[in-house]
Amino acid sequence: MSKPKVAFYWCASCGGCEEAVVDLNEVVLDVVEAVDIVFWPVAMDFKVSDVAALEDGELAAVFINGAIRTSEQAEIVELLRRKAGAVVAFGACAWLGGIPGLANLYSRESILDYVCGESPSTVDGGGARPVEEFDAPEGRMRLPHFDEDVRTLDQVIDVDYYLPGCAPPAGLIAQAVMALVEGRLPEKGSVLAPDVALCAECIRAATKPEDLKVERFYRPYEIVADAETCLLAQGLVCLGPSTRSGCGAVCIAANMPCTGCMGPTSRVIDHGAKALAAIASLIETRDPDEIAVLAEQIVDPVGTFYRYSLPASLLHRRVEPAPIRGGPAV
Amino acid sequence: MSEQAREDTFEPRIVAFFCNWCTYTAADLAGISRMQYAPNVRVIRLMCSGRVDPQFVLAAFRNGADGVLIGGCHPGDCHYQEGNYNALRRIELLKQTLVGFGIEEDRLRLEWISASEGDRVQKVCNEMTERIRALGPLRLTTPSRVEAGAPGPAHELVEQVTS
Repeated sequence: MSKPKVAFYWCASCGGCEEAVVDLNEVVLDVVEAVDIVFWPVAMDFKVSDVAALEDGELAAVFINGAIRTSEQAEIVELLRRKAGAVVAFGACAWLGGIPGLANLYSRESILDYVCGESPSTVDGGGARPVEEFDAPEGRMRLPHFDEDVRTLDQVIDVDYYLPGCAPPAGLIAQAVMALVEGRLPEKGSVLAPDVALCAECIRAATKPEDLKVERFYRPYEIVADAETCLLAQGLVCLGPSTRSGCGAVCIAANMPCTGCMGPTSRVIDHGAKALAAIASLIETRDPDEIAVLAEQIVDPVGTFYRYSLPASLLHRRVEPAPIRGGPAV
Repeated sequence: MSEQAREDTFEPRIVAFFCNWCTYTAADLAGISRMQYAPNVRVIRLMCSGRVDPQFVLAAFRNGADGVLIGGCHPGDCHYQEGNYNALRRIELLKQTLVGFGIEEDRLRLEWISASEGDRVQKVCNEMTERIRALGPLRLTTPSRVEAGAPGPAHELVEQVTS
């Protein structure tokens, strides 16, 4: 019997998810043993035409990382969807929009204005813009269309499973791949990670006070955090209470607060709103003016609470996008 | 109704979350006392303003509200001791977040209204309606779609292979 075929693809992403696959180390050998990888642009020389030549549904699973920003990305994921039995949104960007999703705070026009004209490294001036089609001696050349906004994978195609994380932890990847290969399919729509908040598995959980209250919020550079005490108790904005576990609390182990890359648990619709509620409730004072002062200590609330989930949020994007020169939209 | 038609005859849609013990009772009193106020406010009764999850506010905006009003007991009067303070903390941070989303701060309002202040319900609802009317409709974007069938490089390649 032939081995199940799988494919990996990347969209608007940084390459960290590809690293995560390689970081499986020797486990990757078990994976390679169990499956045939038929498409993996970052590592193997297969072409889109190889995928197009497959029967519909011939791929057992495809793992797609990155958010969707261009017409090319949308077309290829639609192609992969047709060819695949199961589509796995791999990592925070594919699931929730991720860091590239923060571009939804700006309009398409202001991004192009900045990148093609105003950025300090642009010497051409003149406001030249990429054209999507032109005639070259070799024939008609085309570039993908740059969309109005960043979308999550499931805003473009039907997605079966989600692997959270920036990037997904090696253990969760290996579990997910083997479960798919062995046909132990979870319920459609499942997030393939534990469904409890990070605080539940945090190495510092024992030092989290019963009645946790914050008198002042700090940014990580403003204090030297104690290496054993709950970071929230030290006034750092740690999103552990509202973020899914499964990462092994590696950031906390490095003395950095959780920034929420594992996304929300299944009971939450809007990760940022829930994180905001969890953090705001910790404010000790009842005085309206003092509450306002503490709220202002959280610089860039959208970037803090929606760092990985802006396109997946209820609001999806900024309403009237700010010019990119204006800096953070606050 | 089309977006254009909605803007031509704009009537603000305001979702109000009123706490059972104070503001909702005050709204009842306003009704019993036959006080008239703007019909633009749709009231949802909750047990406490502290029950207002910021997700509720965003869901209201997503589902067509132009403004959201939250009414709770005066400081010190909360039936559950701390609920209205929690509302205050969350709404303050939520307002700052909404500004980051390009949504005017005035589209979200938190008011303390006790059970005896029916006239205050009337005044706040009227004020809020006029404020939102001045701001105009909230225009949220839904995820865009690439134009159906718009050809691109990958699309073309697939055509070549499959034809």
